Amino acid sequence: MTTKIIPPTFITQSEEQLDKGYDPRVAQGLMGFVKPYYGQMLFALALMVVVTAASVSGPYFVKLAIDEGVNAKDPIALRNIVLVYLLVSIVQLGFNYWRVRIMSRVGQHVLYDVRTTMFAHLQRLSLSFYNRYSVGRVITRVINDVGTLREFVTWAVLAIVRNLLGIVGTLIAMIALNFKLSLLTFAVLPLMVFATIAFRKAARKNYRKVRAAVSWANSILAENVNGVRVVQAFSRQQRNHQTFSGYVNRYFLETSLDAAWVASLFTPVIDVLGALATALVVYIGGTAVLGESITAGVLIAFVLYIDRFFEPIRDLSRRFDTLQSTMAGGERILELLKTPVEVRDEENANEMESITGAVRFGHVSFHYSDDPALVLDQIDLDVKPGETVALVGETGAGKTTIVKLLARFHDPTEGCVLVDGVDLRTVTQQSLRRQMGMVLQDPFLFNGTVKENILFGRLDAKDEEVIAAAKAVGAHDFIINLKNGYDTSVEEGGVTLSVGQRQLISFARALLANPRILILDEATSSVDTQTEHIIQSALATLLKGRTSFVIAHRLSTITNADKIVVIEGGKIVEQGTHTELLTKQGVYYDLYRTGFQE
Amino acid sequence: MKNLIRTAAFLKPYAWQVIATLVMLLTLTGLNLLVPRIIQNVIDDGLLRGDTTYLIRSALLLLGLGLGSALLGMGNRYGSEWVAAHVGYDLRNRMYDHIQYLPFSYHDHAQSGQLISRCIEDVRAIERFAGSSIPELVRFVFLTIGILAVMVSANATLALISLLPMIPLILMTASFGTKIGKLFFAVDMAVGEVSNRLQENVTGVQVVRAFAREQYEIRRFEAANKDVFVKWLHVIDEWAKIMPTTNWLITIGTILILYFGGQMVIDGTLTIGAVVAFNAYLLMMAEPAQALTGLVNAGGEAAAGAQRVFEVLDTEPDIRSKKDALTLSTLRGEVEFRNVSLKYQDEKVSSLSDVNLQVHRNQIVALIGPTGSGKTSLINLIPRFYDVTDGAVLIDRHDVRDVELTSLRRQIGIVLQTSLLFSDTIKANIAYGRPDATDEEIFAAAKAAQAHEFIESFTKGYETIVGERGVTLSGGQRQRVAIARALLMDPRILILDDSLSSVDTQTEKLIQSALDVLMEGRTTFVIAHRLSTVRRADMILVMDKGQIVEHGTHDELLARGGLYKEIHDLQLMQRDGFEEAMIESILTEKPQHENTIIAGRSNSG
Repeated sequence: MTTKIIPPTFITQSEEQLDKGYDPRVAQGLMGFVKPYYGQMLFALALMVVVTAASVSGPYFVKLAIDEGVNAKDPIALRNIVLVYLLVSIVQLGFNYWRVRIMSRVGQHVLYDVRTTMFAHLQRLSLSFYNRYSVGRVITRVINDVGTLREFVTWAVLAIVRNLLGIVGTLIAMIALNFKLSLLTFAVLPLMVFATIAFRKAARKNYRKVRAAVSWANSILAENVNGVRVVQAFSRQQRNHQTFSGYVNRYFLETSLDAAWVASLFTPVIDVLGALATALVVYIGGTAVLGESITAGVLIAFVLYIDRFFEPIRDLSRRFDTLQSTMAGGERILELLKTPVEVRDEENANEMESITGAVRFGHVSFHYSDDPALVLDQIDLDVKPGETVALVGETGAGKTTIVKLLARFHDPTEGCVLVDGVDLRTVTQQSLRRQMGMVLQDPFLFNGTVKENILFGRLDAKDEEVIAAAKAVGAHDFIINLKNGYDTSVEEGGVTLSVGQRQLISFARALLANPRILILDEATSSVDTQTEHIIQSALATLLKGRTSFVIAHRLSTITNADKIVVIEGGKIVEQGTHTELLTKQGVYYDLYRTGFQE
Repeated sequence: MKNLIRTAAFLKPYAWQVIATLVMLLTLTGLNLLVPRIIQNVIDDGLLRGDTTYLIRSALLLLGLGLGSALLGMGNRYGSEWVAAHVGYDLRNRMYDHIQYLPFSYHDHAQSGQLISRCIEDVRAIERFAGSSIPELVRFVFLTIGILAVMVSANATLALISLLPMIPLILMTASFGTKIGKLFFAVDMAVGEVSNRLQENVTGVQVVRAFAREQYEIRRFEAANKDVFVKWLHVIDEWAKIMPTTNWLITIGTILILYFGGQMVIDGTLTIGAVVAFNAYLLMMAEPAQALTGLVNAGGEAAAGAQRVFEVLDTEPDIRSKKDALTLSTLRGEVEFRNVSLKYQDEKVSSLSDVNLQVHRNQIVALIGPTGSGKTSLINLIPRFYDVTDGAVLIDRHDVRDVELTSLRRQIGIVLQTSLLFSDTIKANIAYGRPDATDEEIFAAAKAAQAHEFIESFTKGYETIVGERGVTLSGGQRQRVAIARALLMDPRILILDDSLSSVDTQTEKLIQSALDVLMEGRTTFVIAHRLSTVRRADMILVMDKGQIVEHGTHDELLARGGLYKEIHDLQLMQRDGFEEAMIESILTEKPQHENTIIAGRSNSG
């Protein structure tokens, strides 16, 4: 391959964003989660000091055994030294076990806390947050980003301390043994550090490319697997295969090879440096032994220390790397947690009493916090208990915003929304929404059985009540014909329900909740004529006797409404009954002529 | 395990490289074994004899060995990674291609996320295993044999004593490896559950809020989260046990060597250098022995990955052209269904039973009927997306199973219910079926599909990227691009699967007129809910429960008074009810507008 393959920019860009350097502010923010566990961590640290001391003393015991036991031909001294060594190693074992247990528990606790905090925060964020954040992104935050934090908490922070302790301990031991020989070993040190840093840099660059290759391949595959029917319908297999093997997969191969090259260079270089240090110690140390300035035991201990000295340096560079790669994830977690909660209960908020369902919008205006353009402009609306209001207007006119303000998914920027004369901002969201029901355009069903989905409207409802609700909306018949009736699971891989059937289940759910105020966003997608008929009569049942706001698309729903509200550009341009509005020959009349007709 | 051996077949093209890598590894191990020996000699001979030149020679030898093993190590590592990367490349290509040819019936049941992760993650697991775990295992075996030989020949008693702790070490790591796999699996499952909870909560956020179920959701999430916590602790407790213990066992080895070896030196049966060398050999073996844990793990992952990969590769694409299949030239466009039945795998009821149908050249056939009545099943048989369970589908009197698939599908244009576009330019999307089409042809197709105008309104025009990372098109715009895509194929047979359900009335009118052009001079099958579309068909098929219950023209079917009339009346009722109410209101209140309204009504049909 002479031409370099370059993946599309959206792939490389997102990989670069992932690759943040160490950021002290993020580290500080993350340490906030660790704070409750400082006591335990301090204790673990104390254990670690003991463990390190014990571990560093190993070669020294070897030296003692050789010099004072073997060379002195003193079997009793040898036995005693070895026994002490054994004792020390047992202490090391016990403390080490203790330390790992404490630290890993702390780590898991922190992660648990982070996830729970995030989820609880997500429950309070306004819906406009969810317009910006896709499901995939939220999941990536809570699962993947927290996953990288595991590295940060469990391994990086403490491993860095451990390695530093190890280096310092070894340093002290070496200097104590023989100053001149220590200097000799340290001579190799700069080379070692330099090689490590250079390698890490190259490895990071390559790693980034490998990740880009993986996500490129992932996105190409995702598209072609999801679109496999189109691929086959248009007989594109051969050409797709050429693209995949010639570009995407080829890039994958090349980046893997680049990464392999760097990786296979590193260990040998370090080994050569180690060999250099050993050779130096053997020659100079050996000469010193001959000159009787040191004992053979010291020389042997030194050869053993060389390894122990270099290992923590290597490990340290690896940890620092991990630390850096957790930065991006950590930052995104903190960012999410810092997202302000737009709609919150006032401190002295009351419980909403049982309502009758009178709704009033008084001079309500609304715009989103990140966009000054008014979505609603001076809305005035008075609805008596039990009335059905049909909201009519083009997409983007503000119909959905009106019902969202009623459910208090947002607060008005001006004016107020009153239910039974009470300003919604003065009551708790829970007590308000418990008395409201909502049916969405795209009926959402949770993984679980049909029954569980209906029960979501009222968790403590009895089976008979569930069935009664399903019967009332005409869903019972098709439900009992499903494989396991009400216990049929509707999750992925379970039974596939049609849009119409899902709508009926969501009607039953709303009916079971028996709300005083019902918000209904009618579905636009067409269902077959028979189902349409069932839905029509179900709607009548559902709307009866409660205040209803319907974003209406069906003619019958509109004509049957007590009040039709026509919205254009965030304003109410007309309101009245069907007959009144037709007579008026205004906007509604025009809408009817152009839009509503079949 | 069986599957891992099967992956070894993918090594075949690289046999030469594999052998070279192994030779390097073998030599490397030999060099490694020399180092403790040199140090032993330094201590025993150099120091005792007081020979400085011996020291220099040894130091240089150590350095030389270091360089030599560095080179070999590099070659070995790169060699194995090279082989692994190529095996991965081949596997991914095979997988990708295979998935493309697997029939609809396979994809109906497969989860796309899983297929993708098999292509990427599972192949990577195999790569990792082949590229680093296997060389490590081989090195461990070489080293163990070499060290055993060297140690036993130096001093059998001490060798046995000092290697004693290695036995529990190896046993422990092996059992850890098998246990940890299961524990990690449990963690994955728990994390999966957390992720499900989250996904649902976020997707259903409006429902959760609307029914004030936040606390309930938090409790459910916490339960799942707690489970992750607990499952991780299980993993970590194993770790906490094994990590310090293996370190300790190695120290015990050193202690044993010191004590017994030291005794022997005092007794004069062994040299100090030999004791040091023994310790060095022990340390040398400790590292790969500890790595065995990871190895068992990686092996398990790779075996599981290989199993999933072969599961896909072993699925025979049962819809493929026969060896002696007939390559179709330009079709006339006659379609015949002869006693066709279709039952999907895993379903109890047949989706089509005993369907007979004869469609002439350039006829327009409309299919109508309730959801699940078999309309889509029927049209899917024409391009042979599925094979019939019984009977035969014939095109120009050829059984579709006897013709070359590409030559058939190239002449069929399909607009699916949901029009999927790829993340590419609009131009490339339109040219999807004919990448060699000229710009003029593409523009012409777009114009005919009423798409040219809105495409031109984008700043980048036809070069606008659409899809996930580009411009988001509305449902109606996507639909029109999909129609242009089908039109560019200049198909003899055109299939429109409910192409109008997701668009508003205005767009529907635009598309409808586009379709009128498109249907001209082609055999067309159209599935529709709206009668206005159906009415102009040469033949209307009314389907119910997998059968054609009525067929004929609009007028014929109305006269017959069956299901078609029922559907027709239902739809009319909805509209007429509205219109009557309206006419009534206008007649009573503003009689002067009577004419307009009535005219409007007759216009709409």
